[in-house]
Amino acid sequence: MRQIRCDEISKAIKNTLIKINHHLDFSLINLLKKAKSQETNSTALSVLDDILENEKIAKQGIIPLCQDTGVVVVFVTIGQKVVLDGSLEAAINQGVKAAYIEGYLRKSIVDHPFNRINTGDNTPAIIHVNLVEGDGLTMHVASKGAGSENMSRVVMLTPSDGIEGVKRLVLNTVQEAGGKPCPPIILGIGIGGNLEKSALLAKEALLRDLNDQSDDPVIRDLEKDLLDSVNAMGIGPMGLGGKTTCLAVKINTYPMHIASLPVAINIQCHSARHEVIVL
Amino acid sequence: MIHLLTPLDLKQLDKLSAGDRVLISGTIYTARDQAHLRLVKDFNLAFKLENAIIYYVGPTPTKPNQVIGSSGPTSSYRMDTLAIPLMERGVKVMIGKGQRSPSFKAAMLKNNAIYLVTTGGAGALLSSKIKSYKVLMYDDLGAEAVHELVVENFPCFVAYDLAGNSIFKGGLE
Repeated sequence: MRQIRCDEISKAIKNTLIKINHHLDFSLINLLKKAKSQETNSTALSVLDDILENEKIAKQGIIPLCQDTGVVVVFVTIGQKVVLDGSLEAAINQGVKAAYIEGYLRKSIVDHPFNRINTGDNTPAIIHVNLVEGDGLTMHVASKGAGSENMSRVVMLTPSDGIEGVKRLVLNTVQEAGGKPCPPIILGIGIGGNLEKSALLAKEALLRDLNDQSDDPVIRDLEKDLLDSVNAMGIGPMGLGGKTTCLAVKINTYPMHIASLPVAINIQCHSARHEVIVL
Repeated sequence: MIHLLTPLDLKQLDKLSAGDRVLISGTIYTARDQAHLRLVKDFNLAFKLENAIIYYVGPTPTKPNQVIGSSGPTSSYRMDTLAIPLMERGVKVMIGKGQRSPSFKAAMLKNNAIYLVTTGGAGALLSSKIKSYKVLMYDDLGAEAVHELVVENFPCFVAYDLAGNSIFKGGLE
């Protein structure tokens, strides 16, 4: 058995949320710089300059990268030998509350679909727990903005739609989203499982290392093919034209029913804010 | 680079074409979803809609010794329907991000209004162009309240101009 204190969890969540809302990941900055070096459209270059300049100001001036500091999503992987001295959910939400109040982040959560009263501290977080062997605790924490989330979708294709059907769906989704999700985007795609599993796969795909590649050769080719096809659409940064529409495509899959081909497309804006905590 | 100053001289808008880069200096007003829902039913406003510039933004909380928190644009399409009665009451310029609906565009042309975009996700950079920030109406809405902003060289692109041209590019073959 391994004892982990809930206040350690809260503190780690708080510190990580404040950090990711002011600092972009190094590999993301590199992808933005690489895109800029290949871009020829003057409007696109101006937008990419804004994005890179924004990152510097956020870091130096300690001002959040984006006014939409998002809904907090946490994927928890916890070992069966871990014993907590309280509620995991309460500990995470305590960390969220502290980060958003003490860190001057925007509180963007409302209590009810129609009453829409702000909860005042950006809680509750959306928490997914995976129980595994061992005594480890890792939490992958994201601040996910609504602009790109609102352009995301789950569609139940039929098996005969196949890989071509998936490609068409992805391109149509990106086309309809246009400049709204703040391109250059990252695409997280979940294929398989059922309705909710595909959505979770898509979200987890967005949290993958930007430089990794799928182990599955068919999926790896599809990721590359979709990245090239999306960037050939000419949508560009903020939809204003250019080659830089998408920085990365990540696809996760899972077995599914013989009658189903669920596809979830989760769009991430260029301000991809997430980090792994290992306790 | 074209400078757009407030109070707006409507002749300035005639000269703007989709794709032009403009720098706004002067007084602009913020409103998002919830403020729009109230503004369309409210005829006792703390500012004039006539010739107004509306910016779709909900900033992060202001830290001590800062003018305003992170202040980038939110997606404009959510305000498409509610922006129409405000244009009919005189709003001439709207600033946000992303494409808008055909009915919004038609109302924009009818009311001689224009739509500008600025860089989404660049809230830290854009906040440096804001010189003052105060609540005007609907304080209970927090970040979604109507605020008066004084801006200096606030950078935008003309997205839809008075002739009906659009900056937005790209599409499927």
